[in-house]
Amino acid sequence: MSLSETFGAKARRQLLGSIPVTVGLVILGALVAASALAQLVAPYNPKRATGGINEPPSLTHLFGTTGQGQDVLSQFLYGGQNTLWVAFSIAVLTTLLALIVALTAAYFRGWVDDLLTLVTNVFLVIPGLPLVVVLAAFLPPGPLTMIMVLTITGWAFGARLFRSQALSLREREFIAAAEDVGESRWRIVAIELLPNMGSVVAAYFVNQVIFAITAQASLEFLGLGDGGQITWGSMLFWAQNSSALIRGAWWTFVVPGMAIALTAFSLALINNAVDEIGNPRLRADRLMRRAGVRKPSATLMTPVKRDA
Amino acid sequence: MYYIAKRLAFYVLAAFVAITVNFFLPRLTPGDPASTIVATYSTSLNAESLAALKAAYGLTDEPLLQQYLSYLGNVLRGDFGRSLSNFPAPVMAVIGAGFGWSILLGLTSVLLSFVLGSVLGAIAAWRRGGWFDRLTPPVLLFLGSFPYFFLALLLFYVFCFKLGWFPMGNAYSSVNPPALNLAGVGDILMHLIAPAFTIVLVSLGPWTLNMRNAMIGVLSEDYLTLAEAKGLQPRQVLLSHAVRTALLPNITALGAAVGAVFSGQLLTEIVFTYPGLGYSLMRAVSAVDYPLMQALFLIITLSVLAANFFVDTLYVLLDPRVRTGGEA
Repeated sequence: MSLSETFGAKARRQLLGSIPVTVGLVILGALVAASALAQLVAPYNPKRATGGINEPPSLTHLFGTTGQGQDVLSQFLYGGQNTLWVAFSIAVLTTLLALIVALTAAYFRGWVDDLLTLVTNVFLVIPGLPLVVVLAAFLPPGPLTMIMVLTITGWAFGARLFRSQALSLREREFIAAAEDVGESRWRIVAIELLPNMGSVVAAYFVNQVIFAITAQASLEFLGLGDGGQITWGSMLFWAQNSSALIRGAWWTFVVPGMAIALTAFSLALINNAVDEIGNPRLRADRLMRRAGVRKPSATLMTPVKRDA
Repeated sequence: MYYIAKRLAFYVLAAFVAITVNFFLPRLTPGDPASTIVATYSTSLNAESLAALKAAYGLTDEPLLQQYLSYLGNVLRGDFGRSLSNFPAPVMAVIGAGFGWSILLGLTSVLLSFVLGSVLGAIAAWRRGGWFDRLTPPVLLFLGSFPYFFLALLLFYVFCFKLGWFPMGNAYSSVNPPALNLAGVGDILMHLIAPAFTIVLVSLGPWTLNMRNAMIGVLSEDYLTLAEAKGLQPRQVLLSHAVRTALLPNITALGAAVGAVFSGQLLTEIVFTYPGLGYSLMRAVSAVDYPLMQALFLIITLSVLAANFFVDTLYVLLDPRVRTGGEA
């Protein structure tokens, strides 16, 4: 499960060769490229009314217009830009925070570990959305608030995941060997532990992008985003607010909604395939199936200790 | 018993943290939101209510510790302050009605998706490598990629608006909640189906995949081979040996999922204009009604903690290893 194993040449060939990954990469690549080039390819100013109200898709407005007469295609492109960089930042920050907490716990052990685990579990059990709503309501709306609030509320599961991974790695021989030759504990954490957590961290990061996109959209849908900024979530907010549903203007919510769902789906596809290649048990299972062996084979699960 | 006591202590601590966060948030956030709130309402409220509002947000001369203690006392008595948007109604009165509907929708959909997901996962694992097993994960992955409220918008548009199969919003047709006779219950059910179906569809994935993976692990155990070897019917092996054991990790996940599903449910309620807590939350956000928002945060958190504790207790009843006082 080391980084070199996951991204070794053979694994890379498998990764690129599998259909789900190709589909995922193509969808994701198209969405990212379209958003990145919004300034060049968007046909209209996304904030101006450039057509009639709730016009269905046509040649002049490929994705139709909103209840305020704005071009949905242009909004989708610019919205992608604003949505994706915020989501990406949140994913980076939550992954870092989770790593710091987990490795600190694994390094110090003892009461520091107990305390950090307790804090993690409290954050895990408090439901996300209401807390985020209260936090966001007290802070000025905008992308920075969004990033801050979702980082504070989004790291806990990663900390638990990374900690249990670090603890199981600590039992391996190469850590014992490093301790025996007298390496410092910080060196063991940074040089021995961290690189070996690569695939778990990568998978978690991808999941966090999905979390960030949907959580951000949820908040904006509730009206807690920055009203002046165009994002996929705010497009859905305006669609709901201008009663697009009961006026039959399906394109105003299907376009941003599908954009969110497709981004999340493509990331999930990539993640699943990486998991399969990084996890020899799942891979062996597929080979067995191909060989025509139907008997359920032993799939050992990683036990997760349920603790307080 | 020790295990349950330990869990209870943990949830009490979590509740205490939530209450404390709720108290300090308006007092510590930059930009002094408390003064802004009071300034906004200073013209529309009478002197007495304004003083109550100031007290609620710490704009008094009382020392912080004393404010905190009296706040804790209020929360323990179930007094969460007064709503700003329906002044002077206490927040609890505004929330009360919605609470029941949210519980109804939440219980229905969580139980349905748990049972359905476990059944699907068990079938997928039992017929491992078959078409069902290969088709289910990607389909569920795709559905799980939808934000709750987006799937809600889609289903609302298709089933309630276009096809007209289900009513467009609310929890019942009449002005007042109907009597609990056959027609009344039927009416409530008709309003429940569409939002519950949305939540089930989005949240189904993890149950199914967890159950499938747990089943695959269990199916390779020796005692299953023994069960087969001693001539039990496959159905019996599946139900009383494999499913029973494989269900345990899914029940553990049930507690953890309650919070996430509930968050998604609030947004689903808004789309279907279902009169639960989600509706109150949206009203609180759009009216910038901070006391209502904060009370909702607390009520929802406390309910989720209670649900978690319930699941933990259930787990003890189902898993003999925990019951006999093994390491928890």
